[in-house]
Order: sequence, then C-alpha cells, then structure tokens
Amino acid sequence: MARISLKNLKKSYGSTHVIKGVDIEIDDGEFCVFVGPSGCGKSTLLRMIAGLEDISSGELQIGEKVVNELPPAQRGVAMVFQSYAIFPHMTVRENVAFGLTISGASKEEKDAKVAEAARILQMEHLLDRRPSQLSGGQRQRVAIGRAIVRKPQVFLFDEPLSNLDAALRMDMRMEIGKLHQQLGATMVYVTHDQVEAMTLADKIVVLKDGQVMQIGAPMDLYHDPANLFVAGFLGAPSMNFLKVKVQGVNGGKVLVSNGALDPVEVSGKRALFKVGDEAILGLRPQYLAVAQGAGRLHGAVALTERLGAETVVEIALKDGNPLIAALSQDAVFDIGAQMNLDFDPDKAHLFPNEPGAGSVNKH
Amino acid sequence: MASKFTVSNGTGWLMAGPAVLLIAGFVILPFFLAFAFSFTNQRLISPNATEFVGLANYRQLLDVTTVTLEPVRDDAGAIVIKDGAPEYPSLRTLTRNNPDRPDLAGMREWFSFSLGGEDRTYVLARDVVFMTAVINTFIFVLIVAPVQAGVALGLALLINQRLRGINVFRAIYFMPVVVSIVVVSLLWRLIYDGQSGLLNNLLGAISFGMIPPVDWLGNPSTALGAIIAMSIWQAVGFHMVIWLSGLQTISPTLYEAAAIEGASKWQVFRYITWPGLRNTAVLILIVITMQAFGLFAQIDVMTNGGPLDSTQTIVFQAIERGYGKQDISGGSAISVILFVIVLSISLIQRWLTREKT
Ligand SMILES: Nc1ncnc2c1ncn2[C@@H]1O[C@H](COP(=O)(O)OP(=O)(O)OP(=O)(O)O)[C@@H](O)[C@H]1O
Ligand SMILES: [Mg+2]
Repeated sequence: MARISLKNLKKSYGSTHVIKGVDIEIDDGEFCVFVGPSGCGKSTLLRMIAGLEDISSGELQIGEKVVNELPPAQRGVAMVFQSYAIFPHMTVRENVAFGLTISGASKEEKDAKVAEAARILQMEHLLDRRPSQLSGGQRQRVAIGRAIVRKPQVFLFDEPLSNLDAALRMDMRMEIGKLHQQLGATMVYVTHDQVEAMTLADKIVVLKDGQVMQIGAPMDLYHDPANLFVAGFLGAPSMNFLKVKVQGVNGGKVLVSNGALDPVEVSGKRALFKVGDEAILGLRPQYLAVAQGAGRLHGAVALTERLGAETVVEIALKDGNPLIAALSQDAVFDIGAQMNLDFDPDKAHLFPNEPGAGSVNKH
Repeated sequence: MASKFTVSNGTGWLMAGPAVLLIAGFVILPFFLAFAFSFTNQRLISPNATEFVGLANYRQLLDVTTVTLEPVRDDAGAIVIKDGAPEYPSLRTLTRNNPDRPDLAGMREWFSFSLGGEDRTYVLARDVVFMTAVINTFIFVLIVAPVQAGVALGLALLINQRLRGINVFRAIYFMPVVVSIVVVSLLWRLIYDGQSGLLNNLLGAISFGMIPPVDWLGNPSTALGAIIAMSIWQAVGFHMVIWLSGLQTISPTLYEAAAIEGASKWQVFRYITWPGLRNTAVLILIVITMQAFGLFAQIDVMTNGGPLDSTQTIVFQAIERGYGKQDISGGSAISVILFVIVLSISLIQRWLTREKT
C-alpha cells in the first residue's frame, strides 16, 4: 500500500516561503496531478515528496510511514525528470538497468526486467543505442523505463512531456495513462498543461503561490470550481468573468445584472451575497449560445475565429467589456453585427468580488 | 574562392602582425633552428666555421651497448674473490685505447647486472649523465602525472560543495600556483634544509626526536623524491581548478536521479562523476605530462642536478649543455629528443583515451 499523505507541509528558502502549508491525501493507486502557473511550487512539492528537497515543517507519509527524514532511495519512489536525466555515457540498456546495477542484481535478473520494461514501452529496438542517438520522445521512454524496472510503489513525474512537440506529447500522454492502468502504482504528476491534467488525473490539485486552491476530480473542478482562480485556470478558452450587481436574494438563488446583462437568477452557494453587492459572474465560453429570442447578453461581434467544428467569437459587450463565446457550429458573423447571447443559468458561477479578483487571468 | 586570410585584410594583418612576428621569432624559428643545429657542431661562440656532422650528436647522446665479462681467475682456475664478490676485469682495458674494441672507445659504465651465472653484464653508455637525466625525467613524470592528477581530483571533489567559506579553501589550494616557481623553489629549499629545515623540525617534533634530521636535497636517495613532492604540491591547485570546471559541467539532475535510484557515494562517482569527467581527464593527463617533462626551474634553484647526478633531467641537461658548456648543437639534439618523446607520449595517450564507439 502506498498512500501519500501531506500534512501542513511547508518549505522556505531563508525568508522566502515557497510552500505555505499544504494538505493533500493521495490514495493508493491514484493518479494525482499538480497543476498551477509557473513558479507556484509544483516542482518543489514533488521534490519534497521525492526527498530531493528538505521539508521545513509538516509531515510527509508514504505508505503509512513518516518519511520526512528518509533519503530518497529509502522512500520507495521513482522519478521522471523534465530534462530526462538519463546518463549520457551509458547505453539505453544500462540506463534502464541502472537501479538494478546499483542494488547488485544478477545479470539474468537485469536482462529479464529490462526486456519487460522495453516491451511495455515498445523500445526493444533501442536498447543498444546511446542517448545521443535518440529523439526526445525516445529519451523520455528510457527515463520512464528506468523508473519502472524497480517496480516502485510511487511514481513521480515532473513535467515529463513539456520538451516534446504537440503530437508526441499526446502519444506519450496516452501511454502514461496506459502505464498507470497496467502498473496500478500511485502516481504524482506535475504539469502546467491543463489538458494533461484533465485527461490523466483521478485527482487534480490546483496550486497557486505555494497554497492549495482546490482538490478534486477533474470534472468536479471543471463544473464546480471553488474560486475564481480555479475557474479561470481550467478550461480553454478560459471562463469569462463579468462584474455584476446583486439585485435580489431569494434563498440560494441570487438575481444579478449589469449594463450588458439582463437580470438573471443564478445559484449563489459560494458566499453570502447581499443586495447591492458587486459580484463576479463566471460563464464558460462553451455554454454560451446565440439567442433564439431577445437573449440575456447583448453586444457586437468584434472578432471571429473559425476552427471548423467550433467558432470562437469575441464580443464587445454593450458596457464595453469583452466576452468570448465558443459556439459549437461553423457560422459566419459579420464584424460589428449586433449579437444577443443566451446561457443556462444553472451553468453560470457566481463568485464574490474579492480584492485582487481582477488579476485572475489565464497565463 | 580566395582565402579570407589573403584578401583585403590589411588591417587584420596589421593588428595580428606584432604577435605573429614575436611568435615567429621566439617560437617557430628556434624550433626549426634546434632541428638544424642538432645536425651540426655549432657552438655558442666559436672561431671555427660550423660543420654538418650528421647524426653524430644523437649517436653521442644515445649510444648504449652491453658487454658481458667473465670473472678473473687465478692460475688454478678459481674465481678471484675481492671484498666478498668475484672480481671482474677492469672495463677501462676495453674502453681506453683498446685496438680490438674501437666501438667501445670513450664509453662508460652505466650500470651492471648478472643473470645468475658467474658472468656479469655491463651496460655502457657514451653519455651516462644524459641517460641518468632521461631515467630521472621518466621517474618524475610517472610519479607526478598520476599522483598530481589524483590529488587534484580529490581536492576538486572536496571543494565542489556548497559550504560556508568554501572559497577560502579554493583560494588556499590555488595560491601556490600564482607564486613564481622560482620563489616556491627557494622557499622549499629552506623547508628541506638538512639542519634546521621546517620539515626536519616537524618530523622531529611529531616523532619526539626519533627521526633524525635528513639532508633532503643533499642525499642522492631523497633529492629526487623531495623535488617530486614539492612539484606536486605547487601545481596541484591549477589542475584542481580544471577538474572543478569539469565537475560543474555535469548536470545536477543526474545526481538527483542517482540519489533516487539509491546509489552510494562510490557508485555515484563511478557511474556519473567519473564518466562525466572523461574529457577533462584526458586534458589534465596530457597537460601534466607535458609540464612534467619540462622540469627545470626546481632543479636549477634547488639542486643543480646533484647530488651525484641524482636530479639530472632532460631539460636541465639541454640548458646545461647549450649555455653552460656552450655546446648549442648538443643542447639542440637533446631538445629534439625531448620533442620526439613528448610527441609520441601524447599521441599514445590520445590513442589510449580515444572515444570508443
Ligand atoms: N533554491 C531556491 N531558493 C530560493 N527560491 C527558490 C529556490 N528554488 C525554487 N525557488 C522558488 O520557489 C518557487 C517555486 O519553484 P518551483 O520550481 O517549485 O515552481 P514550479 O511550480 O515548478 O514552476 P514551473 O512550472 O516553472 O516549473 C519559485 O518562485 C522559485 O523562485
Ligand atoms: Mg517545475
């Protein structure tokens, strides 16, 4: 069993606090993805789990055992680095067998395990090459091969695909997903690519400035973001945020409107809203549609991008703010034409207007 | 297409000119002159015209031969024993005015050995001092190259850490490199002094007087060793810095990967550090070898080749002949021999350490 449990974990370099008290529970066999913008501390957190960074305070358990003070090798983890970290002067075979060589395994055992890893990763034909003779994707395969031969309980990946081109990234992403099913090990995966996060994860941890913003299954985070940051971070194109005024409160429902938005009643479960408050209404571009009748949102077409199955329209709202709509049809819109949009109020999200909310932006 | 060097590049040549002239005058020309002189009887200052003498200088330096002598027997046929060992006929009878052996004329005994039987084999050299110099130089190189490279690597590994005040150590180890070798040699002459030298005092103190004072530079059996030790100490910091630069080209993630796989300190060195230092090692080995073959200043300052020729070296001999004895042709021949030795050793080293694919 290899549960991983982070309890109030903190890390600081001198007076710089990088990880500011993180609590995460990762179940045995779970695929957990850390996402967040650059510099938020994803790698640092992963390296703390690996034992490559000291833990300033808090408790880290792997498999029910506190491992704060254990060296990396004794934590039973394997790690795949963004830069692959394969040994340049060894052949692929020697690289994959490295962990076994270190532990003094016999030649037969090494051959058998390397052959198995090569079969799983489909790289039998590469075994006698040197790293300099491999492509990026093949190098990453070697790095993964080195990680799997020892059959560790826990795999750690630090942006393993970020050096690959888009097509290869998709292939490798699927392979890592398959690998997880095959091995059934606990995996912790760091990325800033939300597609990787959404497709691979059983559980996503969204981080910002060394703090957890939200933890949950990908679809829970997508459909029910806990705050503006998570709402804006997941989904592409990212969620529209409209500044609105609260007109009325009725139980869990809140009536809001602004210069471009006709009054609409949405769920207000994230905070206590009062009449007269300013609030932020989050609307995913995909849930906007051209209105059949008068519609709720009014503006003019500013820019269109036709992608075939989808048309992305930027609309200048009547109050001057921009809005992005991703319409699931191929349609031609004239620039400047008036446009009325509609949406399902159940799929809108109302957030309190916190200070600094304006800085929420997809990077 | 015309070469970039020749076309409308006047300014460039003008700027490079002084350096090119100096290099031509003081490096390239002497190099070819040495070759030319070594085939003549040129002297530094001489009223006589220079003559071409072919390989005579080389023959004079390198001529080595062996003679095997039977022990002297008395009238009864028994071996004459003198001082507890069989007596052999005097070599002089062979090398001085012996009409039967004109080839041995002027040669001297270098060393002798016996292969078990009664006969004794004598190795004769025309220039015993030069032979001693060659042997000493090789001993020096064979000890200094591995020891200096090894110690420098050890120091580099020690100071390649993030520690408070590590720069102080780096500076201390590097300091002897920036001091002139002549100054260092003078200082070490005091350290090695037979009466009140620092080394003798130190040894006396830590052994409570059990170790008697040794005249390190005045004793034929310790002089070369003393110079070797001091030479290793002096330049070790330089090679440490080269190792250090090699160490810092190794990606830290490789070490992290090894740590996660559970490699011990020794395994990390064997599988990551050492392979990563390959090219640095080749460079250092070649540089040390070449520097060691050039051993001169220490000898000149500390021992002058003595005592009993125990610290003669090839370069010291070249300069001693060329300027001390004004025998430019002999000195040139020694230089050419040294050039050939160093060149072939460098080629062998390159071949041994080539990238195997
Ligand atoms: N040795 C260090 N000393 C001081 N600050 C550091 C050190 N290492 C990292 N940091 C800081 O810690 C923060 C988190 O770094 P980290 O590498 O974990 O970010 P990340 O989320 O992995 O970003 P990226 O997506 O760019 O890889 C950054 O702000 C960084 O500047
Ligand atoms: Mg990172």
